[in-house]
Amino acid sequence: MSKVASTTLRDSLSVSLTVGAYGVAFGAAAVANGFTVLQSCLLSLLTFSGASQFAVIGVLGAGGSALSGIATASLLGVRNALYGVIMAPHLKVSGLTRVVAAQITIDESTAVALGQESRGDDAMRKGFWYTGIGVFVFWNLFTLAGALGAQAMGDVRAFGLDSAVPAAFLGLVWPRLTGKFERILAVSCALFAIAMTPILPAGLPIIATAFIAIVIGLKR
Amino acid sequence: MSTFWIATIGTSVIAFALKYSGHSVPERWLSHPKIQRINALIPIALLSALVAVQSFSEKSQLMIDQRLVGLSVAIIALFLKAPFPVVVLSAAVSSAAVYRWL
Repeated sequence: MSKVASTTLRDSLSVSLTVGAYGVAFGAAAVANGFTVLQSCLLSLLTFSGASQFAVIGVLGAGGSALSGIATASLLGVRNALYGVIMAPHLKVSGLTRVVAAQITIDESTAVALGQESRGDDAMRKGFWYTGIGVFVFWNLFTLAGALGAQAMGDVRAFGLDSAVPAAFLGLVWPRLTGKFERILAVSCALFAIAMTPILPAGLPIIATAFIAIVIGLKR
Repeated sequence: MSTFWIATIGTSVIAFALKYSGHSVPERWLSHPKIQRINALIPIALLSALVAVQSFSEKSQLMIDQRLVGLSVAIIALFLKAPFPVVVLSAAVSSAAVYRWL
C-alpha cells in the first residue's frame, strides 16, 4: 500500500473506532428513553447521524410527540445535505453507489475526506469511504451493545444514564461554541427552552429555538 | 403504530432524504451564504435546548435532581478538554453516585 493510502487508512480507522464507540452511549440512552433494542438499532442503521439520533430519543424521552422528535432530528440532519453538496463533485457516483455514499455522508466521513484535500482527489475519496463505512460498522455494533446493556440495567438512573444523555448533547455542542456570539446564543436557547417547558407541549420548546437560530441567521 | 415507531421510521426516512438530496440537487441551491450561516447556528440552538430540557425537566415539569451534578461534572470535564467518552462517563458516574447514596 502506498504511503498516501496508508495515512488515509490510519486517519479513517482511528476516527471510525473512537466515534463508533460512542454508539454505546446512544444505544444505552435510547433504551433508557423508552425505545426498544430493535428501534435503537434501526435508528443507528437507517438514520445513522449521531446528533439527530440523540435528538429524537431526547425529545420522545421528555414526553414529546413523534412529530416534534422527527422535526428536531431532521433540522439537525440538514447539515448532512450540505456535506453531500461538498462531497458529490469529488465522489462522482450514481445509482446504488450514490445511495450508499449518501447514507454514509456524515460529519466524520466529510471531515476526514476534507482533511485529505492536500493529498489529492483519490485520497479524499478513500478517506470518505473508509471513514463512512468504518463508522457505520462500529457505530451499529456499539449501539447494539449499549442497548442490550441498558436493557439489563433496570433502573437506568442508578447507572447515571439520565445524565449521560445531556452530557452527550453538551459534548456535541461544545466544540461549536467558538466565539462570544455562539456562547450567548447557546445560553439564551437553553434558558428559553427551560422557561417554555412548563408552558408548551414537550418537544416544542426545543424546536422553537431552531426558529431563533433561523431569524438570527437571516438578519446577521 | 406507536409514537416510538413513527419517530424511528420518520426520522430515518427524512435523514436519508436529506443526505441523498445533497448529492443530487444543484450546488447553488444549498450553497447560499444565508443557508450556510443558519446551518451553523441551528445545531447550537437545538443542542443547547436539549441539554437544558434533558437536565432540568421530567415530562413537562421543571426539577432539579442528580442530573444537575452530572451536568456540572460534564462542564468541568469539557473545560479540562476531556475527550467525549470521558465527558459522558464522568457525568454518568457522578450522577449515579448521587442518585444511589443521597
